[in-house]
Amino acid sequence: MDMFLNIFVAAVLAGTPLLFGTVGEIINEKVGHLNLGVEGMMSIGACAGFMAGYVTDNFIIAIIASFVAAALASLIYAVLTVTFMANQNVTGLTLTIFGIGLSNFIGIYMLGKSETGTLKLPENITAQMRDIHIPMLSDIPIIGKMFFSYNPFVYMGIIIAIAMGFYLYKTRLGLNLRAIGENPAAADAAGIKVTKLKYINLIIGGGICGIGGAYCSMIINGGVWISNNVGGLGWIAVALVIFASWKPVNAIWGSFIFGALRVLKYYIPKTVFPFPNAFYDMLPFLITAIVLVITSIKQSKENNIPESCGINYFREER
Amino acid sequence: MKKFLGITLALVMALSAFTGCSSSSSTNEANDNNTTVETEGGSEGVMPAIAKEDIKIGVIHISNPAEGSGYTYTHDQGIVAMQKEIGLDDSQIIRKNDVADDDPTAIETAMLECIEEGCNVIFATSWGYMDTCELLAEEYPDVIFSHGTGYKSNGKNFNNYFGRIYQSRYLTGIAAGLKTETDKIGYVAAWGKDNSEVTGGANAFAMGVNAVNPDAKVYVKTTNSWFDPEGEKQAADALIAEGCDVIGQHCDTPNPQLAAEAAGVYGVGYNSDMSKDAPKAVLTSTIWNWGAYYTYAVQSIIDGKWTGENYFGGIHEGLVDLAPLADFCAEGTVEKIEEEKARIESGEWDVFTGPIETNTGEVIDAEGKGLDDATITGGINWYFKNIVEK
Repeated sequence: MDMFLNIFVAAVLAGTPLLFGTVGEIINEKVGHLNLGVEGMMSIGACAGFMAGYVTDNFIIAIIASFVAAALASLIYAVLTVTFMANQNVTGLTLTIFGIGLSNFIGIYMLGKSETGTLKLPENITAQMRDIHIPMLSDIPIIGKMFFSYNPFVYMGIIIAIAMGFYLYKTRLGLNLRAIGENPAAADAAGIKVTKLKYINLIIGGGICGIGGAYCSMIINGGVWISNNVGGLGWIAVALVIFASWKPVNAIWGSFIFGALRVLKYYIPKTVFPFPNAFYDMLPFLITAIVLVITSIKQSKENNIPESCGINYFREER
Repeated sequence: MKKFLGITLALVMALSAFTGCSSSSSTNEANDNNTTVETEGGSEGVMPAIAKEDIKIGVIHISNPAEGSGYTYTHDQGIVAMQKEIGLDDSQIIRKNDVADDDPTAIETAMLECIEEGCNVIFATSWGYMDTCELLAEEYPDVIFSHGTGYKSNGKNFNNYFGRIYQSRYLTGIAAGLKTETDKIGYVAAWGKDNSEVTGGANAFAMGVNAVNPDAKVYVKTTNSWFDPEGEKQAADALIAEGCDVIGQHCDTPNPQLAAEAAGVYGVGYNSDMSKDAPKAVLTSTIWNWGAYYTYAVQSIIDGKWTGENYFGGIHEGLVDLAPLADFCAEGTVEKIEEEKARIESGEWDVFTGPIETNTGEVIDAEGKGLDDATITGGINWYFKNIVEK
């Protein structure tokens, strides 16, 4: 029981950065843009969030900074792919390389200016992002630990995922957005402002990825700056979009399952299952492949990739 | 179009799978079999002496030295110490940072640039630079290539340097063994039993623990990567959840120490003094003083005593050491460590002197002769008796 509880908590913590990345990427893909720059946007968000927190010592400002910075990075992508019709894959990959580079560059610059040779978040902000404690609720045995004692990012991630699920599937704007992703020409003919909506949603999606990045730099690394702090999580988020079948709410349990798969190797005793660690490292991707196979056999339009995802919309061509 | 998308998605998956494991294939430090000859003092030099004013040093780093705790930082601190000690001018040292050690073209370019700018000594600090050093050493016989953490040498203008870091790990194990109350000590290792350097380090740490606290067990978890910020934190969290109250580490980020600090337990850092990252948790750190080698090497070049032989220094040479002990170390830690340190320094005893019992019941070095250097660097693929692989 204890082991299960520990795995559950560790899985949620490991899944949270993936959750942000996945939800952000879902919004991007739903509007028809396969953005491979998740890793880069997360890196930029990680850097902006951390540095803002470092300088201002304020958690809220740090979150806003990470969102805004990553949204700006996403704006670059939007300008290139929506307005200039650049190849989405190439642009996304470039954004990844750029994002990681910029984040490390700023990190190194700030390190050079620090006296101690290390960048550590000040006390106040560390206290603000510590695990929450709700009187009564957090004290319930087991349940309290399972649901009511995480850091604020975890709850923020779940709320954002649910809100985005609502936005996509229950609002008119979301319907328009999904229409663009399926068939932008038809959406255009129906009077939907394709370009404007693409811009808005690409920016929102990018911003959400950025908060995931802030989680990496501020929580995972315990408030000390390290270069390359996103460490490939953005790529896992891209794979996770498939696993979640393009639904933000699915992304919640999807990312926690992926989180569990990533931490299993530290919790399953080697005496019980003598598998090498490499086996566990492989699991998330193996499962994504299986999901991909299953969904392609089922052929349900509902759970499939948006029809025009990855294709730029050129109005004169319709 | 659908097909194209399918291919793209497959590519993405392949890519993400790749980034997931790619780090595991990069090997930053030595893990190969080798024969090392210790070079002490004044044998005859094989290269003409270079006057102090004429010496120009190129340093190839795998990342940026500004990085606060890690591997490159400690190397660069060594270069700085050497510069001060010998009294070289800033213009006599050229640094090439962020040279990926799995990209032979980049490595070669960086080194050729150094030579172009007049360098006659090149320090290459990462494992993957070794073969390029070997090739260029032949092409440029007047330039001295000194490569860190590898094993090759040509006995002339190309050698390797590395250190007996296990001696320091043994001493930090003493601090951990005395501090623990649960008798469970965690150890976040980069690689498993197949990597002799990491495994030997874990063993030395565990032997230090055992020397002062025979009841304590050392729980080892491996991340399968030299650099995995999230994995290192998760491994430490998992160890703490199992009841470990001191966390040792052989990996690059201070995350295990930060996890320990957040959980209110203690730890032993690595590479540089990690107490600046986690001041409330770090008992001491296993540290490299690369300056000891760099100073020795450059001085021997100036004196015309450069031998081109491999260097394998330890506590005695000052190449490895431990960071100042925190004042919350258990009582008696200082005395015990001093005592053991003196024993190692005197050379009468070394950590890997048998008989050593493994955790599978075998006995290593039953005759008590002490393991030779080749075995220490390449042949330790067993765990000490108090280690539990988790």
